[in-house]
Amino acid sequence: MRTGAQLQRIGITGRGLVVALPYLWLMLFFVVPFVIVLKISFSDIDLAIPPYKPLLEWVGKNSLAIKVNFNNYAFLFTDSLYLRAFGNSIKVAFISTLLCLIIGYPMAYGIARAKAATRNVLLLLVILPFWTSLLLRVYAWIGLLKANGVINNVLLSVGIIHEPLTMLYTPFAMYVGIVYSYLPFLILPLYANLEKMDWQLLEAAEDLGCRPWQAFYKITLPLSRNGILAGSMLVFIPAVGEFVIPALLGGPNALMIGRVLWDEFFSNRAWPVASAVAILLLILLVPFMMWYQSVQARETAGAR
Amino acid sequence: MTTSSGAVVKAQPWNDPTARPYVQVERITKSFGDFKAVDDVSLKIYKGEIFCLLGASGCGKTTLLRMLGGFETPTSGRIFIDGEDMTGVPPYERPVNMMFQSYALFPHMNVQQNVAFGLQQDRLPKAEIQQRVATMLDLVKMGEYAKRKPHQLSGGQRQRVALARSLVKRPKLLLLDEPLGALDKKLREHTQFELISLQDKLGVTFVVVTHDQEEAMTLASRIGVMNHGEIVQAGTPSEIYEFPGSKFVADFVGSVNMFEGKLIEDEPEYVRIGSPELGATIYVSHGISAPPEAIVWAAVRPEKIFMSTTAPDAGPDNVVRGAVQDIAYLGDLSIYLVRLPTGKIVRVTQPNTSRHAEAITWEQQVYLSWDATSPVVVTR
Repeated sequence: MRTGAQLQRIGITGRGLVVALPYLWLMLFFVVPFVIVLKISFSDIDLAIPPYKPLLEWVGKNSLAIKVNFNNYAFLFTDSLYLRAFGNSIKVAFISTLLCLIIGYPMAYGIARAKAATRNVLLLLVILPFWTSLLLRVYAWIGLLKANGVINNVLLSVGIIHEPLTMLYTPFAMYVGIVYSYLPFLILPLYANLEKMDWQLLEAAEDLGCRPWQAFYKITLPLSRNGILAGSMLVFIPAVGEFVIPALLGGPNALMIGRVLWDEFFSNRAWPVASAVAILLLILLVPFMMWYQSVQARETAGAR
Repeated sequence: MTTSSGAVVKAQPWNDPTARPYVQVERITKSFGDFKAVDDVSLKIYKGEIFCLLGASGCGKTTLLRMLGGFETPTSGRIFIDGEDMTGVPPYERPVNMMFQSYALFPHMNVQQNVAFGLQQDRLPKAEIQQRVATMLDLVKMGEYAKRKPHQLSGGQRQRVALARSLVKRPKLLLLDEPLGALDKKLREHTQFELISLQDKLGVTFVVVTHDQEEAMTLASRIGVMNHGEIVQAGTPSEIYEFPGSKFVADFVGSVNMFEGKLIEDEPEYVRIGSPELGATIYVSHGISAPPEAIVWAAVRPEKIFMSTTAPDAGPDNVVRGAVQDIAYLGDLSIYLVRLPTGKIVRVTQPNTSRHAEAITWEQQVYLSWDATSPVVVTR
């Protein structure tokens, strides 16, 4: 009791501790690394370990010089490679999101309208792939898509095609990989949204003269807007920075920003430029994340 | 309102064999697997009626209503509305609208958009839509709430919007699923009368589903009492209440004292029933059709029993003695539970007409009696 009172006097309460914990976590594992990356992005490249010059330097005995280098950022805009990579990443993420939506919406809708018992099985099937590592699942796609892979062999033996299709190391393979991997992230929030829907509204719409597809377009679709946005953001945001899938399935021509980042960091050992790319990517995605947050907040508030 | 019957149907088309029914349900059955939710129901509803389907939950009344609306396809049987066969017609092509129990207002649209929805679906001109929506909203006194979203409205207001939305298309038939179920008692009574006057004004035929017999009594021109997927009796509220055709109806509509017995005298003008359960004979001043020696039940409504502390002049038929076991004071009336020497408990209600009446109290010996016209004899 006395220690409790003493702690309180100096401003430490149980509630305060609980609140402080997530902040501490974010501080350690997000803010600190972010500041380090930010710092590197403003420094000069150097042939040393680590491969960049410090920002702060002692000049003479009593003066400390800060040297902020904007060249890394300027460089990103002078070499068209980076902007093309950014543009291409956004394009790929956008198309992937769209494909996920086209495939995922009917699935989420089907699950939400299924009987309670079937619903749980279907949801389990959606989550099931997470039990295997992403890398393994992407490698499995190589086995399916390659020239003498499962798909080609089946098509050849049935006689639909007479020579193997080139699917691996094409944009097609990359989209297959991304859509496959991110589909659950779209289905789950969309399902959560659709599951709350009052299906009697559809009967009411039909009663007032809507054909079933009109009822879907006028009632279900607008009411699931927040679920669509939430699911789309969960696909779009990570897909922009996706590295593994384009690298493994997309072949050498898949110019994605994640790939560029990797090359700068590991092949060129250009840490400062790589950091600048990372920061720019973050700035690019912040508006989408904020949008997603506000959508989430609206969703939990229940106001439509 | 002078009659107990709500809907204003002056003539009684159901008693006129030449009258053309507006809605005709012909031997309709709906099965879910082995379970028959609606079992071979036939029904005629006439133009301008408020027909109430009354029954406990699970009796099939909602399924029947949903078949009228087109939301369920009958397993067998036909439905005609205004002479047209509607059996396989989907809801969006029926001249029928439904007011859902949950109201089913579209949460992403405001009041005006909700009411206009059906008219827009019919591609009516904008000006006409606007004018009809405004008129309808004024009619249900929701004109000033046109821009509100459903979640900004109270339960009573939502009910009005739902009503406006289903009436604005001027349907031939309006189906109402427990229309007042979500409202509190005071509001419900008020809304009942509004619903009746609105129906009278618009002349739309209503079919109402309810489990609340008081609601059915107030609203209906006729009531169809349902049990196990069948309509066990259909008639005006007073017919249903005063002349129940079976134990079930007598018991379900209002409360009743049921005395089991056997006919000991069976004449065309009267019958006398001996009831060991009552410990007295029951004299009924009309003949009944029952085989001799058959078990019958005499049903006597609690408000039709006189209670007195001194022996009534009549007797020995229709008179018993008992002790007051319990009293429930309800303000406007009191309910007395009187225990007879046979152990049977009889329910008696008496209006509290005087503020300082000499009250009958617990354990007091009382005489119960009733007129020879009061008992209803049922054979099943």
